[in-house]
Amino acid sequence: MYKYIIKRTLLVIPTLIGAAILVFFLLRLIPGDVCELRLAGTGLYADPAEILLCQQNLGLDKPLFVQFLDFLWGYVVFDLGDSMWTGFPVTHEIGLRFQLSLQVALMATFVATAIAIPLGIISAVRQNTWIDYVVRGFSIAGIAMPSFWLGILIILGLLISTQAFLGEPWMPPIEYVSPWEDLGGNLAQLIWPAIATGYRYSAVATRMMRSALLEVLREDYVRTARAKGLVEKVIINRHALKNALLPVVTVIAIEFAFLMGGLVVTEQVFNLNGLGKLFVESVQNQDFNMTQQLVMLVVLIFVITNFAVDLFYAWLDPRIRYG
Amino acid sequence: MRSNYAKLAIAAAVGAGLAISAGTAEAAKQGGMLNFVVGSKIPSYDGHKESTFGMIHPIRPFYSILLRINPSNPSSTTDFVCDVCDGKVPAPTNGGKTYTFKIRSDIKFHDGTPLTSADVKATYDKIVFPPEGIPSSRKAFFRMVDSITTPDATTVVFNLKFPSGAFIPAAAMPFNFIYSKKDLDTHGYTWHAKNINGTGAFKFVQHQKGAFVEGERYADFHHKGMPYLDGFKAISAPKLAVRVQAIRGDRASIEFRGFPPKHRDDLVKALGDKITVQESDWNCVLLATHNQKRKPFDDPRVRQALTLGIDRWGGSKYLSRIAIVKTVGGVVFPNHPLAANESELVKLNGYGKDMEANRAKAKKLLADAGKAGMTFELNNRGVDQPYKVVGTWLIDQWKKIGLNVKQRVQPSPPFYATLRKKKDFDVSVDFNCQAIINPIVDITKFLGSAGNNYGSYEDAALEAIYAKIERAGTEAEQRSLIREYETRALSDQAHIAVTLWWYKINPHRSYVKGWKIAPSHYLNQSLENIWLDQ
Amino acid sequence: MVTTSEIQVESDFEELSEKRTWYDIAGNLIRKQPLGAAGGAIVLVMIFMAIFADYLTVYSAVDNNLEFMLVPPDDKFLLGTDQFGRDLLTRIIYGARTALFVGFAAALIGSVAGLVLGVASAYFGGTFDLIFQRIMDVVMAFPLIILALAVVSTLGTGTINVIIAITIPFIARCARVVRSNALAIREIPYVDAARAMGFSDSRIILRHMVPNVMAPFLIMLTAFLGQAILLEASLSYLGMGVQEPTPAWGLMLQGGAEEFAESAPWVAIWPGVAISLAVFGFNLFGDSVRDTLDPKLRTR
Repeated sequence: MYKYIIKRTLLVIPTLIGAAILVFFLLRLIPGDVCELRLAGTGLYADPAEILLCQQNLGLDKPLFVQFLDFLWGYVVFDLGDSMWTGFPVTHEIGLRFQLSLQVALMATFVATAIAIPLGIISAVRQNTWIDYVVRGFSIAGIAMPSFWLGILIILGLLISTQAFLGEPWMPPIEYVSPWEDLGGNLAQLIWPAIATGYRYSAVATRMMRSALLEVLREDYVRTARAKGLVEKVIINRHALKNALLPVVTVIAIEFAFLMGGLVVTEQVFNLNGLGKLFVESVQNQDFNMTQQLVMLVVLIFVITNFAVDLFYAWLDPRIRYG
Repeated sequence: MRSNYAKLAIAAAVGAGLAISAGTAEAAKQGGMLNFVVGSKIPSYDGHKESTFGMIHPIRPFYSILLRINPSNPSSTTDFVCDVCDGKVPAPTNGGKTYTFKIRSDIKFHDGTPLTSADVKATYDKIVFPPEGIPSSRKAFFRMVDSITTPDATTVVFNLKFPSGAFIPAAAMPFNFIYSKKDLDTHGYTWHAKNINGTGAFKFVQHQKGAFVEGERYADFHHKGMPYLDGFKAISAPKLAVRVQAIRGDRASIEFRGFPPKHRDDLVKALGDKITVQESDWNCVLLATHNQKRKPFDDPRVRQALTLGIDRWGGSKYLSRIAIVKTVGGVVFPNHPLAANESELVKLNGYGKDMEANRAKAKKLLADAGKAGMTFELNNRGVDQPYKVVGTWLIDQWKKIGLNVKQRVQPSPPFYATLRKKKDFDVSVDFNCQAIINPIVDITKFLGSAGNNYGSYEDAALEAIYAKIERAGTEAEQRSLIREYETRALSDQAHIAVTLWWYKINPHRSYVKGWKIAPSHYLNQSLENIWLDQ
Repeated sequence: MVTTSEIQVESDFEELSEKRTWYDIAGNLIRKQPLGAAGGAIVLVMIFMAIFADYLTVYSAVDNNLEFMLVPPDDKFLLGTDQFGRDLLTRIIYGARTALFVGFAAALIGSVAGLVLGVASAYFGGTFDLIFQRIMDVVMAFPLIILALAVVSTLGTGTINVIIAITIPFIARCARVVRSNALAIREIPYVDAARAMGFSDSRIILRHMVPNVMAPFLIMLTAFLGQAILLEASLSYLGMGVQEPTPAWGLMLQGGAEEFAESAPWVAIWPGVAISLAVFGFNLFGDSVRDTLDPKLRTR
């Protein structure tokens, strides 16, 4: 087992280096830079000398290779650098948004789990009945709708319905308050994106719950239990569910990793000041440094989650270690 | 249906005019927090360095400037009044080469330091003569300034190298925040990028990065009795839909940049008289620039054909219902004394009202040039309002003269790289947008030698006309020279096609009083005169 | 060993080619997989729309008609018109072409390339496998928006470049799944036997390994179809998708959904419905394929 862990850990390093190379050079492949955008992008008169000065101040005039080494060196000395847009340290900018993204990811995961597990069970138990079909149709519909479209419909629906019933249009708050300060205000803002994404992300978990449970229900020990005359409910609760939940948990874990960095579109629609919005803005601004560090963060979260899932499977099934 | 919306909107707009004129008579109420939404981001707090309204809207209220466009009459293009200077804006002496400003002595920075002429000098020295390595985006506007002196604590003198009518508009630019000399001396020239200490109507409270900027009333503000508000919150909301919804759901009361007409209609329809709409021509214009390094756009016949193919009057009628453009105009901001009137405009290629004739002429020109039915690419910026909407419309306009146009839409940074460095486009959507309306400066956009002209052409005749405009003694002379300039740039040579001027629409909650729309989203943003009727 | 598997494959083939009338097959499918059949029907309608778009429509999909801008649905314009006066129904019908083109091209290229690379990686193993897997790790973890932006900025916007951007992560995901399934087969003695008999690498890969990873391959392929359409819509929303005046659903939604969601809801609703229905159809279909081929497979 330890050998496997060490081997697996070592494999993470080339992935991270590969991601660093890819993000660095892909970003520089995109023409234009933060200085031109800042000074010429407003339509106001832009002084070419000022644009050059800005580039010099940000080190954008250095040779690419030197810039790349600077980027890697940052990891050696634990200095991730400053945002090229605001000039504040990247860690400071990310730290501000991390709490919100984490909270939305947790809430959405909770919503996804709360939808997926009961629906998956019902769907499996009533396999190939109309209930099964409705449940599956419902969950597949969740991933079929473009998330920004769903978001717009939710907000518009809230505005129109509150005006119709309460007289005054109401919409979720557009600025974040920490849950420790004002739990009500916090939830009023975050519950909608959590529902919208949770519903979307429940589809895969629902399917996994259904097929895992179906699989377990066909196993010998369940048949034995049935033969013993145990009530179906007891069989499912006590025997089948426990075993079927494992793959579901791993699916949810991997989705959680995606949610942490992947809420790019949803955060735009609901005006959430999270990592996804920061990411889109950094990309739009050609804020190389910020984008690089965000991509590395997302890759790191992804790699660590996969690593944890792999370890978990290896621990469950010793054969994998030798595979 | 549609005409009803339009009527509603017009009713609201008229209502707005009435509400405002009544508003001045009404006594302003003290108190309250103003929430407003901002669609762009704050790069840094340093006004001397930045150029975006994303910084002006939230940060400008913390600072004062030397002089400004009159906040009670912001639609005027010439009504400048003092902010930290005292009395009237001075007329130049010494044959137009000396401007002597009296500085008020009752102004204190938010940290308690009194403001003197030394602070004004230090500020303008930073803007006009920045030390090496210190950015100053509008240095070039002050080319005429020779030196700045302070005979005493309440007097600042600007000595110019040559008389220039462009000095006062440049000095009134909203970016010229007055900094304290003490801060510049002790903290250096980059301190203001991340720190705020001004003399504005509001004191900086906090900035949650990416979320909002908060300011509170500055009790010692030098315009007595103001500000009326207890504070403000500038909330970041990059998506247009969110900004509109925020006003509708009363999460914010106003947005200062401008909304498309459909959103105005939605808000008015949903909220009736709880929404007030203010509208104005906007000192921004959307252009189509031909790349004259590329064939066949080096041929004036082809360029003339393209501008002839654009139905500006029809576009004004229809596009103004779906986009933030409206007014047909030439090189100068419409309604400005120096701008062309309709009878002058219709003489230009592409401005005639008989579109059939225009199109026939365009087809003939294309055939003469051997380019009938040619295919080319339109470079465009990946922003809906108004770039992509107008781009789609232009493609259809040119299809009507037999041209097959493809669109290349790029996000802003690559879009600018294409215009400025790569220059690998045929025709590009381009725009000109200035803070203070100053036609003499604004029309340099059409000169091949201008830094922000991407057409890659040289036109000595046009440069010569411009040199005459700069030296012209009377407005009448200036005006007729500008007509000559306009005819050459837009019609005879058709270097650049002016499509439509933008139109600024600001629907806001009716309880927001005292704010008046300006023809630029950079102007009148000190917020001191806003009050809430609640 | 070799012969056994060939016989198996042939017998599968026979079962498939057993003489049954089409309505028997359809009837059977509807009974056994009603959801899949419904999905298949939606997909067929889309394909029909795409092929016969020229005959199904009377208006131009691209020409502006400004006198008729934002007309609500009536008997002339069944779904209304958009902000440029273009008939929405026409644009949706033509949009099916774009959607199917993007969907099928991205899914086919992505999954076939993934299949080849995944099998090769499993078969050759060793350093090749190790390096290849690391590359796949990077691509899978990498945010699509940067890939898309890089592709769009260097190659320009347009349908083909959108397909390229979408296909890259598909290749990685398919290769990963195919590889893990192929690895399991590699351990089965008949591959060793084939190798011992001196068969060439390509023969072993094509004749023995590829047929055995067909199930996960088909599952990935069908899953990608819907995802590609959704990704195209998301890229359009972020301004990096197909460009005007090409009729494409994501693009119609991007320009229209936000601005006209309320005053002209038809502009925002119908393209969204078209996307949702298409993806829904592809996913239902894909889900049934998965159920039929292997309910136990844990592919994502």
